[in-house]
Amino acid sequence: MTSLPKTPPAKRLGLVIDLDTCVGCHACAVNCKEWNTGGYPAPLSDPDPYGAAPEGVWLNRIHGFEATPESGDGRTVHFPKSCLHCQDAPCVTVCPTGASYKREEDGIVLVREDLCIGCKLCSWACPYGAREYDGMTGVMKKCTLCIDRIYNDNLDEVDRVPACVSTCPASARHFGDFNDPDSNVSRLTAEREGMDLMPELGCQPTNKYLPPRPRRTESATAELPTAEGGFLGWVDKLLSR
Amino acid sequence: MHPAYSVIFFTTASGAGYGLLVLLGIGAPLKLLPTDRWFGLSGLVLALGLITFGLLASTYHLGHPERAWRAMSQWRSSWLSREGVAALATYVPAGLFFIGWVFLDRTDGFWGLMGVLSAVGGFVTVWCTGKIYATLKAIPRWNNGWTVPIYQLLSLASGALLASLLAALFGGAGLTWPLGIALIAGFASWASKAAYWSYIDKQQPRATIESATGLGRFGQVSLIEPPHTEPNYLQKEMGFQVARKHSLKLRRLAHLVGFAVPLALAIVAVYAVPALALLAAAAAMAAGLLVERWLFFAEARHTQSLYYGEKAV
Repeated sequence: MTSLPKTPPAKRLGLVIDLDTCVGCHACAVNCKEWNTGGYPAPLSDPDPYGAAPEGVWLNRIHGFEATPESGDGRTVHFPKSCLHCQDAPCVTVCPTGASYKREEDGIVLVREDLCIGCKLCSWACPYGAREYDGMTGVMKKCTLCIDRIYNDNLDEVDRVPACVSTCPASARHFGDFNDPDSNVSRLTAEREGMDLMPELGCQPTNKYLPPRPRRTESATAELPTAEGGFLGWVDKLLSR
Repeated sequence: MHPAYSVIFFTTASGAGYGLLVLLGIGAPLKLLPTDRWFGLSGLVLALGLITFGLLASTYHLGHPERAWRAMSQWRSSWLSREGVAALATYVPAGLFFIGWVFLDRTDGFWGLMGVLSAVGGFVTVWCTGKIYATLKAIPRWNNGWTVPIYQLLSLASGALLASLLAALFGGAGLTWPLGIALIAGFASWASKAAYWSYIDKQQPRATIESATGLGRFGQVSLIEPPHTEPNYLQKEMGFQVARKHSLKLRRLAHLVGFAVPLALAIVAVYAVPALALLAAAAAMAAGLLVERWLFFAEARHTQSLYYGEKAV
């Protein structure tokens, strides 16, 4: 059923992405592709992977932005983007077949691939460009929040997080339940003023982005050690002769 | 947005077909059109042929056309599903209307009611088509009050032009009513389309690269590094550039071939050589509407392109 859940999901699982610590290494995208091309949405097709123009389906992509103030230095920000699992998900309600749905228990937005007719309308409805059509299998692919990891009893408990979270070397991605005010993601969002992307579109994304922290300025203006007096002063004097 | 040929043919062909069905379904029971069975046969074959051709064309852009029947199921939430349901449901009264008019030579009573119901079905289907586009918040150039009425008016104008052409070919009886509708709907859609183009040119951006990234607090934002070396599905489907380059020329072409020429020829048809003038008018409008529909897709910009370098959408 492509109507949104009537009662808000009990859990609201999602990600917090820290734009301050992301180093732009693309490991999350690579591990996402590696896991999911054999997981729930398998395969994530790559037509012509070794050709001159390799392209394919990715559920997570890392963009690079630069913010330039009117004066002073600009900021370079690595910007990972995957499905935000919106609370008011327009990609779900436009689906004509019931393939696209939002889970009542945890709010995860999924595609039932055996119902998908590949009309692509959900990818038009998503303001964020989170869904990618797979031309080789003829169906729509999207982030599953690694549904086949987070509930997987065969994995050690520490690994029951999305592939992108488990692999991030900078701990820039965090997974948890936003309905629990004590969860890591809720606390991070509160402490660091986690923000919604394009809130003006009204989709109420679940995933939050932590803005880069204000830059420290004291290091640039701090006094460097000078060679006056003491042992260094004596060496300086000696060598300056 | 990428202008898929299948969707362009679908919306223009079935739009004209449904418009013609509306005219036939109302005109025949009210005797505003010729009621003889040969007129009914050619009119309904043309209308249902265009509709069916359009619907079949629309399945060509699907990844799994064999599953298209599933699209009937989600009419509670999805305008695309409602369009499918309305399109299929319309065949029922249209089929009975056909039987009554062509085989029984009757367009009154129950059979006339079937005509009116097919007209309602045609109107509702085109309404749903417009709504599919008009409800996409991520595409501000569609998500506005112009989209649905323009789809409706263009369907009516092109359908009425076809009805007039048929009436002229059948000797000119009952030409006044469809030709009148063709002219009214034609001028109304022309004015609406001109107003739409001026509206989208002045439209305030709905979202910016700053709001899309949340980085506006640090200054002006620009993309310095795309996520990959080759264009991906999102850029090909929603970052279409070709028409924007030529959009002013193409708009002029649509004004001329889609509206000015066919409407001038329709006025000529009031006075002389109606069949010839209306045939040329219908051909011109068909070509013009293909350009108009191509532009409708190609000029539309999607908020996701903010993540690929666009500054404001």
